[in-house]
Amino acid sequence: MEFLIGIQGEDFVLVASDMTAARSVFLLKHDQDKMFELSSKLLMLCVGEAGDTVQFAEYIQKNMQLYKIRNGYELSPKAAANFTRKNLADFLRSRTPYMVNMLLAGHDDQDGPSLFYMDYLASLQQVPYAAHGYGSFFTMSVIDRLYKPGLSKDEAQSILQKCLDEVQRRFIINLPMFQVRIIDKDGVHQLPNLRPKPAV
Amino acid sequence: MSDRYDRAITVFSPDGHLFQVEYAQEAVKKGSTAVGVRGQDIVVLGVEKKSVAKLQEERTVRKICLLDDHVCMAFAGLTADARILINRARVECQSHKLTVEDPVTVEYITRHMAQLKQRYTQSNGRRPFGLSTLVMGFDYDGTPRLYQTDPAGTYHSWKANAIGRSAKSVREFLEEHYSEEVSASEHETVKLAVKALLEVVQSGAKNIEMAVMKRGEPLKMFELEEIEKFVAEIEKEKEEEAEKKKQKKAGKET
Repeated sequence: MEFLIGIQGEDFVLVASDMTAARSVFLLKHDQDKMFELSSKLLMLCVGEAGDTVQFAEYIQKNMQLYKIRNGYELSPKAAANFTRKNLADFLRSRTPYMVNMLLAGHDDQDGPSLFYMDYLASLQQVPYAAHGYGSFFTMSVIDRLYKPGLSKDEAQSILQKCLDEVQRRFIINLPMFQVRIIDKDGVHQLPNLRPKPAV
Repeated sequence: MSDRYDRAITVFSPDGHLFQVEYAQEAVKKGSTAVGVRGQDIVVLGVEKKSVAKLQEERTVRKICLLDDHVCMAFAGLTADARILINRARVECQSHKLTVEDPVTVEYITRHMAQLKQRYTQSNGRRPFGLSTLVMGFDYDGTPRLYQTDPAGTYHSWKANAIGRSAKSVREFLEEHYSEEVSASEHETVKLAVKALLEVVQSGAKNIEMAVMKRGEPLKMFELEEIEKFVAEIEKEKEEEAEKKKQKKAGKET
């Protein structure tokens, strides 16, 4: 029922997540933050089993901090993604696997922007755009049609708006609010929360 | 008599000494000097840089280490032991944040390191850590702190302290010159630390490493030029003092 989406542009990555926290039929929170800042220029969006998400994300976050203190510089987005993948893979075949699906979005001074898709089986791929959750069934085809390499910030935001409108129109679960952030060479920036257009 | 009681760490001597711990403290006295001064809005650490061999590459940051964004430390004694201790402290800083969601207080991490050191004075098969540390930083309520640990595992809070070679004379110097006025001014606090180190380090700025931390700001290592500026200022003050004394003397004599 949760939804994550990421779109890589010219020199940035635009990401959005829904803000609902639900248990069975109850909506516990409508302003849940599912994004974790792993470092100054790396964001992790995490959905999945209740509790596993925050536990795993914070564990990775603190290990990234430890790396920074130990070595004096932060892990690059690619290195961090692989570190996360390795941890998830190790836990997968233990008695305590984590059921989490993630998007990692970051910007590196050398390699530029990068978006990584990771699922609960610890498969990792760098992709130009990605989504997690039931909403991905509706939005991937929208982005397939509209995406081109080297998008500007405005173009990416308009694609994002169209995706969220599609989810609102065709997904049975109501996701009324989305948190939007953008990562570029100056770090992570919060954009205003997006409300998709009402279905009727 | 003592040679029968200093083999094993876990053996007291008849007059109540743990000789291994005392020998570890001797190892500390051989290490290069480190000075720490706590101001009201700034905390300063200074260390004596041992001169490197001709063919050795000089690495700038070695003896002042960051434990977390708001805590750092300097040490005197066995560098290899320090590496282990610093690593454990760094992991503990993050572990603490993971479990209680708050950054460590300076006292907590000092206590953790001290407890670790004490554990090594009470188990057999292990020798004590041969180093003393100066831990400084700001708690999240903004209070500046400076703590010192020693190989026995004791720790105390200090306004200003020195460890390592000639620590006693540097500490006496600090006792003479530290005052509330000095601690209120950031510039004076740094100058006091440099002055104290210059008592031991004869060769000047190029054998001194300084780091400061201000409330809410990350650790800042000083460049050589900045240290040289302080040294120049101190030298000028010394000369002016000497001039004044000479004139006074001359005035008395005539």
